[in-house]
Amino acid sequence: MNLQNIISEIEKVDPEVYGRFDSRRSVMKKFTNISSKIALAAVPTMVASMFSRAYGQTPGDVNSVLNFALTLEYLEAEFYTNIVGSVGYLTAPAAAQAALTKIRNDENKHVIFLKSVLGAAAIAKPTFDFTAGNGSGVGPFTGYLTNYAVQLAMAQTFEDTGVRAYKGQATNLQSNRTALTAALNIHSVEARHAAHIRQMRRALDAAIPASQKPLKPWITLNYSGIDFPSAQSNINLSYAGEEITTQAGVNIVGLGGTFNTAAAASEGFDEPLTAAQVLAIVDPFIV
Amino acid sequence: MKKTIFPPPVEKANAISNYGMQRRNMLKFFGASAAVITIGSACNKNDDDVITDGGVNLGSGDVGILNYAYALEQLEAAFYVRVVAAPYSGMSALETEYLTDIRNHEVGHREFFKAAITAAAPASIIPSLEVDFSSIDFTSRTSVLTTAKAFEDLGVTAYNGAGQLISTTGNGPTYLTLAGKIVSVEARHAALIADLLSNGTFADTTDANGLDMARTPAQVLAIAGTYIKTKLNASNLPS
Repeated sequence: MNLQNIISEIEKVDPEVYGRFDSRRSVMKKFTNISSKIALAAVPTMVASMFSRAYGQTPGDVNSVLNFALTLEYLEAEFYTNIVGSVGYLTAPAAAQAALTKIRNDENKHVIFLKSVLGAAAIAKPTFDFTAGNGSGVGPFTGYLTNYAVQLAMAQTFEDTGVRAYKGQATNLQSNRTALTAALNIHSVEARHAAHIRQMRRALDAAIPASQKPLKPWITLNYSGIDFPSAQSNINLSYAGEEITTQAGVNIVGLGGTFNTAAAASEGFDEPLTAAQVLAIVDPFIV
Repeated sequence: MKKTIFPPPVEKANAISNYGMQRRNMLKFFGASAAVITIGSACNKNDDDVITDGGVNLGSGDVGILNYAYALEQLEAAFYVRVVAAPYSGMSALETEYLTDIRNHEVGHREFFKAAITAAAPASIIPSLEVDFSSIDFTSRTSVLTTAKAFEDLGVTAYNGAGQLISTTGNGPTYLTLAGKIVSVEARHAALIADLLSNGTFADTTDANGLDMARTPAQVLAIAGTYIKTKLNASNLPS
């Protein structure tokens, strides 16, 4: 069997055949790896699987998911870039400043990474209004650059939303294993960021509703852990649905012991958001 | 290594006798060990739940991946149950709160997989595994937290690597989303434990692109094997 010949034949009717795989080089590399590792009898199956993955979903679908992710990364990267060095940031302890700087760097790396994956298909960075004023510049988060507590509340919401957004898109990337794994590898980093920001907010102990204390690195029920009346309904959207305690028909409450309360059961599983839900959440920030 | 042996279901015993020897010979021919993942894809798969000389068979397809996750959650849950039952000296109130929460989550994950696999493929669920924590000093904060970090980071890379092995049809997408629901909680645990060891190290596992790592089942089980006495056979897992 000569895979090169097969692909050349396909190329006559589908000039974009190589684009449907990760890259020509990767196709040949995969094939080489396959033949060196497994019994030859399995090779036709693997080849069929490679083609079904390449054609099961058009590149456009995967690209639109990656551009959706890129939009969120643009948002996060610009947000942290704005706050690092700001008046509010300078009131924070050194360790907190270092953490925000590290997260800023990670988010900017995510932007660079996704842009490199998308190439010419990458969308341009939108214009953001971090006051959540839809471009008015006088939304509820006006003055966020001078208020460290508000910065952390916004950061927590962005990170937790990012986690839910990537989670919601995983199944839309299944046709492209490389893209799916890359998205999962970003997804868990956003969760790490969220966990740390939540610890920073607990340490600062500002703008946390008394009834939702203690604030934890994980999400309890649908608690935002944020008391910010002028943007409360929008903030709450980022946590709506996190309270569920039944997974795939299995009620988690009480499983394994009475310690498994509804709060614990909800914490143990993060919930996805649809693209539409995410866009509603970030809409006030995008001009 | 000690093995946990349990009898295969009666209705499958005949199917095994038809193929078992043949498969064993084939594995021997290829010099197979647990590390050979893809050979199984060309072999008969009716022996998913059978204990052969290869150990507890995680099985194939999506159920194999669920068993793989169940095995890792069993390991994590057993660890934290012990940590909470006998706290290391000097465990702070905050650490007690966090480690108890994590114990609760991991037990929930373990029991979830047990229930979900029992519902989806009762004949294929792996048994309770025997753990080996002899290398851990449960009285030492450093030993416990270092092990916890290793387990959480391993779990994150395991789920990240398993996502692409889940099928695109049937219940596959549902399982992928479930794995996603769990992996971000494992990442939250990993970040917290890293911070307890050294504040600010919550995301020091990332590569030059700011991405976490993914590991294959073979890579994960090679690491986890130190702590799991029961021999696991991952040779039929998807690749």
